[in-house]
Amino acid sequence: MTLWEKMCASDLLGGKQGVIGLAVLAAVIFLVLPLGVDIFRLNLIGKYLTYAFVAVGLVLLWGHGGILSLGQGIFFGLGGYAMAMFLKLEASDPITTKIQSTPGIPDFMDWNQLTALPWFWEPFKSLPFTIFAVLTIPALFAYIIGYAMFKRRVGGVYFSIITQAVALILSILIVGQQGYTGGVNGMTDLRTMLGWDIRTDSAKYILYYANGLLLFGAIFLSKYVMSSKFGMLLLAMRDKEERVRFSGYDVSNFKIFIFCLAAMMSAVGGAMFTLQVGFMSPSFVGIVPSIEMVIFCAVGGRASLIGAVYGTLLVNYGKTVFSETYPELWLFLMGGLFIAVVMFFPNGIAGIWDKYATKYGWFKDKAVTAKKPEVSTTGVETHAVLTETLSAEAAAATESTDVAASVKKTTRKKAAISSPNIRGAEA
Amino acid sequence: MSNTDFVLAVEDLTVSFDGFKAVDNLTMYIDKNELRVLVGPNGAGKTTVLDLICGKTKSTGGSIKFNNTELTKLSEHEIVRSGVGRKFQNPSIYENLTVYQNLEVSYPKGRGVFGSLTFKRTQEVEDQVRRVAADIMLTEFLDMESALLSHGQKQWLEIGMLLMQEPELLMLDEPVAGMSAKERDQTADLLNRICQNRSVIVIEHDMEFVKKIAHKVTVLHQGKILAEGPMEKVQADEKVIEVYLGH
Ligand SMILES: Nc1ncnc2c1ncn2[C@@H]1O[C@H](COP(=O)(O)OP(=O)(O)O)[C@@H](O)[C@H]1O
Ligand SMILES: [Mg+2]
Repeated sequence: MTLWEKMCASDLLGGKQGVIGLAVLAAVIFLVLPLGVDIFRLNLIGKYLTYAFVAVGLVLLWGHGGILSLGQGIFFGLGGYAMAMFLKLEASDPITTKIQSTPGIPDFMDWNQLTALPWFWEPFKSLPFTIFAVLTIPALFAYIIGYAMFKRRVGGVYFSIITQAVALILSILIVGQQGYTGGVNGMTDLRTMLGWDIRTDSAKYILYYANGLLLFGAIFLSKYVMSSKFGMLLLAMRDKEERVRFSGYDVSNFKIFIFCLAAMMSAVGGAMFTLQVGFMSPSFVGIVPSIEMVIFCAVGGRASLIGAVYGTLLVNYGKTVFSETYPELWLFLMGGLFIAVVMFFPNGIAGIWDKYATKYGWFKDKAVTAKKPEVSTTGVETHAVLTETLSAEAAAATESTDVAASVKKTTRKKAAISSPNIRGAEA
Repeated sequence: MSNTDFVLAVEDLTVSFDGFKAVDNLTMYIDKNELRVLVGPNGAGKTTVLDLICGKTKSTGGSIKFNNTELTKLSEHEIVRSGVGRKFQNPSIYENLTVYQNLEVSYPKGRGVFGSLTFKRTQEVEDQVRRVAADIMLTEFLDMESALLSHGQKQWLEIGMLLMQEPELLMLDEPVAGMSAKERDQTADLLNRICQNRSVIVIEHDMEFVKKIAHKVTVLHQGKILAEGPMEKVQADEKVIEVYLGH
């Protein structure tokens, strides 16, 4: 067996089609984009790719587990803030900050009349601790939320709404505790990591590649989880939770684990965001960013890891283009996009790709079994919640509640009609 | 509440939903290798009895002992792990998995989070899946997506998923609902085969079918036992006739 054949036969990579999909994505991220665009734009793409960590986590959590979190910004933000705290401390050495009334502490603390570094900031002087914190604190927080909810069998719509509430509370808390967090401006003016200037072009290239590699790490980890018995159980739970429970599984533990894993991935994305963009602010923590991330995943195809990455890139590209020309229209456009995806392409880009690839026999693949997940009815419900939230937002913006409500109604109806038995895509 | 030789000893079991007693002071004993059928009109509390035994519903009073272990204090997955399997009234299978995967995922190893992440498909698992598939007459359908099975085959698949766990007590809620006459016969054979080394409780309406499988019959009515014993005796019971014809 050649290496190629071995890779194609591997269940982990998803057969020949899976290997080709990964290879194309790798070529796009590591070759085409870096060669095709200047460093300013590449840095922007690198920023988008940090959201892809969240989208990949959502493929596991929502696409496969049927658990829709509308609060992934929480974990993205916690990871991002942990990294920002480290960078901020490094940028606040006593010499640079000697004009402050208390030199050696971050500038926003000084502005807020703090005279000493708060105790919980101390450990973030250490990079190893910071990395450890990025990997564990958001996951621990997810564990607490997950334990409190899943052990009590809170699920479905209620779970989505509670995660949304937590995201809101956290963003309000960050804004309110200005002296400890930098408030609404966030933590800005981040410069170096262990003396290495992260604002230079060469650093941006290096961080872009590091980010790409980590993203592939997250994808491979997810592929492993999906190909294990755990992955099969996720699909089973999404379909018939009671059957899984009465087959001797403690369902809540599986949900808690996948929620923590998705949180951890989001946090790594958040930390890479801070490094590449050079700041972190509460606008990446609250409800809107959390919902945006769900839309990236839905557009890409919520059952497809690779689709989620393309979805993230595409929607963000659209956002950049449109918010430059028609900034006030963007929210509506995104809502419309989401409704369109729910109604016509419940499996997103990956679903469309899959349909045509099968139709025209591209990359014929005998190794692929009937393992592809299907969009379940619980998924339709969750789509409906999201649509509701979005149209509620639109309603708040325009105060034309009845229009939004009728949109909501038709969407829900159509979604219920169009979704059953549409085959998912795992490409 | 002393220890018994019975596989299952249900004593004074009661559950009330907002004052309505769906199961009322029920006492029932199931022997080793016995196949017991629960009959009774709709709403008699049959499904609720199974719900209580498998922990889906918490009892208001009484005790359920399985091999002399009290079940009412265990959580659902602990009850399953102690050897009780339960089939739901509506076929409950994982439609988006293949028949093979449905059986494999029900194999009682790798039941924890980390166990399931490192679970390997060994020869043992493979053999077990094929053995059960043969039992439930689905060998040719192993690679088929289970959503495509007929209604009857879905019922068998769910029974197969329970057999994968080799439970000591198997509880089946209306296993032949929606089946053709031929499928009913095949299911009767299946049940007679699988009760060889385990106890089985079946809920069923179809008296012809009950006659083919029952060792003993328990008639439930308004949460209470109306009659219990061999089929012929129960069928001749006046109270039973009245309940069945009077309604
Ligand atoms: N969780 C519940 N809450 C309230 N009432 C219930 C519940 N479960 C069952 N019941 C009631 O208990 C009675 C017995 O139901 P069930 O056990 O399903 O009957 P059957 O013998 O037809 O299986 C019915 O009147 C039903 O409405
Ligand atoms: Mg019933």
